Amino acid sequence: MLGALTQLICFQFFGEVLSRALALPVPGPVLGLVLLVSWFAARGGPRPAMQDLSGGLLRNLGLLFVPAGVGIVTQLDALSANWLPITVAIFVSTAAGLAVTALVMQRLDR
Amino acid sequence: MTPVWQVWVYLETTPLLGLVSTLIGWQLALRFSRIAGDAPAANPVLIAIVILVALLMLTNTPYAAYFEGARYVHFLMGPATVALAVPMYAALPRIRRSARAIVPALLAGSVTAAATAMLVAHWLGASRSVVLSLAPKSVTTPIAMGVAEQIGGTPSLAAAAVLLTGNIAILLGPAVWRMVKVTDWRARGFSAGMNGHGLATARMLMVNEEAGAFAGLAIGLNGITTALLVPPLARLLLG
Repeated sequence: MLGALTQLICFQFFGEVLSRALALPVPGPVLGLVLLVSWFAARGGPRPAMQDLSGGLLRNLGLLFVPAGVGIVTQLDALSANWLPITVAIFVSTAAGLAVTALVMQRLDR
Repeated sequence: MTPVWQVWVYLETTPLLGLVSTLIGWQLALRFSRIAGDAPAANPVLIAIVILVALLMLTNTPYAAYFEGARYVHFLMGPATVALAVPMYAALPRIRRSARAIVPALLAGSVTAAATAMLVAHWLGASRSVVLSLAPKSVTTPIAMGVAEQIGGTPSLAAAAVLLTGNIAILLGPAVWRMVKVTDWRARGFSAGMNGHGLATARMLMVNEEAGAFAGLAIGLNGITTALLVPPLARLLLG
């Protein structure tokens, strides 16, 4: 478990270093993810310990959004002053984005 | 025996309080969500946030003090993003077969979401800084905050917009897919990750494994695409 966690944090670290060193617009963890997929491809897949850890983390992914989400308390003024445009814009754009993405994907993916 | 208020004074100086309240808030939220039969509206993330915001307001605790402890949970978002490599590697053959569909869906979905968000907010009279904070709302929090700052929005407002978007995507997803008659799990998963980042992905991972893998792929791809496309798009639409 600890070995797998070390591996995840190391790949995040590599991603972060690469993103900063090359001034890429891609965040470190996303690069770390790409690097780890390539590593798995080169090594013939993740070990069982990594599968367990990844499954455990991803099953509780929602929890990890809570601390940043609670930060909404610092934005209550801006939100209450602009609640109508914000709410309508998010509803409309999310519905449009969901529909367009899913339709294009299903049409072309045969 | 030490008076209760002195124990409180001690607790306020350690990160434990923020950490414990986050973990317990999450457990409570999971229980409420289960009582509500896992309905999309009873999303545990939203419930936990409501509980904790109420707690902070009732005890008059500043967010910074809460975050001292909560940041240990927040930190795990990085390793968890990297951990998406496991379902993504497993889905690699299917992703390769879908490559022809992925690129157009990625570009169309990314531009549609960002452009409609900015235009609707602008028409309804939101200030420029609010409009710009909404532009990167579909992507994962760290990317959205970075992009918002870069184009002249407010990073913490962008984080709030990301959170609302993720929850609304979970809520609207099934109805929208039914309406446009999309039944394919890869298309549904990709659409969820594109428009509802990790929050909707967490949901898809519970519903269908293949959908979860495509959603995870979409988070990374849309994060990169949004970081590259939103700055010129904002200039084009808002001048």
